[in-house]
Amino acid sequence: MDIQKQLFLGKTICLGPIDHEKDPAIISGWTHNPEYLRLVDTAPAYPNAAAQVKKKLEAIEKRLEEGKNMYYFHIRDRQDDRLIGFATIRWIEWTHGSGWIHLGIGDPQDWRKGIGSEVLDLLLQYTFNELNLYRLTAMIPEYNPGARRLFEKAGFIEEVRRRQALNRDGQRWDLLLYGLLREEWEAQHAQ
Amino acid sequence: MPNDLFHGNLVYLTAEEPEAQASSFSRWFQNTEFARLLAIAPEILWSQNKIKEWIEKDYEKEKPEGYFFTVRDSQNDRLIGFFGLWDIDVNHLNSIIAIGIGEPEYWGKGYGSEAMQLALRYAFTELNLHRVSLFVFAYNTRAIRSYYKSGFQLEGIQRKAMLRDGERHDIVAMGILREEWEARAA
Repeated sequence: MDIQKQLFLGKTICLGPIDHEKDPAIISGWTHNPEYLRLVDTAPAYPNAAAQVKKKLEAIEKRLEEGKNMYYFHIRDRQDDRLIGFATIRWIEWTHGSGWIHLGIGDPQDWRKGIGSEVLDLLLQYTFNELNLYRLTAMIPEYNPGARRLFEKAGFIEEVRRRQALNRDGQRWDLLLYGLLREEWEAQHAQ
Repeated sequence: MPNDLFHGNLVYLTAEEPEAQASSFSRWFQNTEFARLLAIAPEILWSQNKIKEWIEKDYEKEKPEGYFFTVRDSQNDRLIGFFGLWDIDVNHLNSIIAIGIGEPEYWGKGYGSEAMQLALRYAFTELNLHRVSLFVFAYNTRAIRSYYKSGFQLEGIQRKAMLRDGERHDIVAMGILREEWEARAA
């Protein structure tokens, strides 16, 4: 064990707390891009004003404070502290050691640059070495091949295929659940 | 007895007064076999007052969060179980069903299967859903058999997702599409 190891520092990004002053306007901007909304969530795409985002972030931090079953981070650029996305481990069942992982990178200019992998590395380390969970589940729409590649590269295995669970522009898609077990993650990091 | 949206042969569907429902639910969940077949969270033995309070709060809502029914025995009107269609995606027309028969002497006799038939008929003909999903613990083999019988298909396995008595167990994901249900109903 290396107690000096920093859990929230990646190579180019870091995980940090919510900035209630600056973040809402940036996230509001992301929610005006339906492509982002459809990739990151299955709910109907719907824009949020900065004031709405502010309320939601306050509610999230209230839940963190109550110490229920979620952990939530904002992804920032290590160079200039710019907000890049969010990452959360949620719906934790402590007695079973299971949780769900969800992350989003808001600005399309930040996509396909390896940021997701860097974030996922940090989150998995946090999940297995800090929260001491046994397994994680990720929910991914079939039409998001970028997310599928990201999680497959990190060792996640497709476990469930909810057939035709999504309808986008009249076309039916499956909703996929990916799973990763502690022993699978440890085996990757054994060398 | 009419054969309509709320009535089968063995069972019929109701909305209960909070006292009656709280009394049955409180008793059912004191049976840990029932609780461990149904729920993943560590069990808390809630008072009848607390359960009643939740039901009353739910009844105050203008629009329900899900569609919840209690199930009664057609013969003697006894309250024996429930089901709820939850997490309805309005844009994708998908829902997750939770179903339970709380009175153990009604297990394995077709009451749950008939409640499921009523639930699916409601889901596909009243809510007009495209599909219904469920999760079931792998060790609940009686339930899994009955879900297959009701037309659900296996959609995957969440590996080792539960820990019970020191052993890891899978969670099974199943689903039924409208067209599969219609083909059976025809």
